[in-house]
Amino acid sequence: MIRADIKSKSFNGTPVLGRVAFEIAPGETLALVGPSGIGKSTLLRILAGIDADFEGSVERPDALAFVFQEPTLLPWRSVLKNLLLPHPDLTQDQARDMLVRVGLEGKEGLFPGQLSLGQQRRLSLARAFAQAPALLIMDEPFVSLDSETAEVMLRLTESLIADHRPATLFVTHDTREADRLADRTLTLRSHPGGAVID
Amino acid sequence: MQAARLIPFLSLAGLLLLWVVAAILTDDAQILPTPWTLVPLFNQELVSGELLTHLGATIIRVIWAFALAMTLGTALGLVMGRSARVNSWLDPWLVIFLNLPALVLIVLCYLWIGLTEAAAIIAVTLNKVPNVAVVIREGARALDPDLDAMARVYRMSWLTRMRHVVFPQLAPFIAGAARSGVAVIWKIVLVVEFLGRSSGIGFQIHLYFQLFDVAMVLVYAFSFICVMLLVEWLILQPFERSTRRWRTA
Repeated sequence: MIRADIKSKSFNGTPVLGRVAFEIAPGETLALVGPSGIGKSTLLRILAGIDADFEGSVERPDALAFVFQEPTLLPWRSVLKNLLLPHPDLTQDQARDMLVRVGLEGKEGLFPGQLSLGQQRRLSLARAFAQAPALLIMDEPFVSLDSETAEVMLRLTESLIADHRPATLFVTHDTREADRLADRTLTLRSHPGGAVID
Repeated sequence: MQAARLIPFLSLAGLLLLWVVAAILTDDAQILPTPWTLVPLFNQELVSGELLTHLGATIIRVIWAFALAMTLGTALGLVMGRSARVNSWLDPWLVIFLNLPALVLIVLCYLWIGLTEAAAIIAVTLNKVPNVAVVIREGARALDPDLDAMARVYRMSWLTRMRHVVFPQLAPFIAGAARSGVAVIWKIVLVVEFLGRSSGIGFQIHLYFQLFDVAMVLVYAFSFICVMLLVEWLILQPFERSTRRWRTA
């Protein structure tokens, strides 16, 4: 079980998050929605342990994966290395299988810059699912993709989540994405003491 | 394309021509000898073994000072670029050392440590560390925070992070610091040798300066310039190209 009980989070004295408490059961998928700039990405970073400067507590598993808004790959390392470096226990064969799974077969030796944005996002997904995460966090994973590519990515993500069943929290502005992927939706709304969950 | 490759050679030929014209106009070999009069002197020093002995001594000092300055400067720049607190403490020191004349550091090192090899290398290193630190600090400030977050989320080890996330981003800054570093360090090494060593190109230049032998000063100076050009072409430029390989793939 993933538990977040955030009492407050501020940047330079300005409150960003107020009381935000929720749980995610294993295998459950939650969509996080709310207006731009309200603190959704900040909440994800706290949950992932990237931002530890907040009041409250978060219980999270060690096996954690994060799909960033941008693919966030190592442009100077090959596609295969981009899978192997974050997962040193992964064998080359397992990594190649994962690349096949996300439709990147034959691209192992390329640099990320030689891939299209859609392919880079596939690689980012492959990296997230390479070692069966217990908690998957995604920050607008389909943003800035054309509708056709976004649909393909959505289907791929659906099938990967169905296969691995991680507890998942993802940010989206698209209700269609939320309906397709999520078991329930959390809405962040503004509040004088920082954003809170409805 | 081929014409572009010829430009550096034509440029060097132009410099040589300028030297020849200046030497002819001066008409005094003691002030400015012609380039061809240096060839027999170069051969003489090469055959006697003097040139290689002193060249070797200088190269060893340059390697030591370069390695120490790059290592210390990179570590310092990285820490200062990553930590605002460390930067606010160390920045005034950096400004002082950046503005301290090389000669002052060299003289102080010789006075405090003695006319030793260690003092010579420390003096050169201290002169270069602040420059390296400033360049690397800029690189550290430009590190991508998202890649940093990714490395933390996926629990990459410190070594993996440094090798595959941080240093590839710093590579252009390291290459820049290395290229300017080699150029500056060998000049400071010559001053150090001039002032307080009994071997090296700087020592030989000092010797022939006292004898007012311009030709021999030029023989030793150009010998080392040739070595540094080889270092630039055979080591530094290929290193710089290798760090940019992923951009041009």
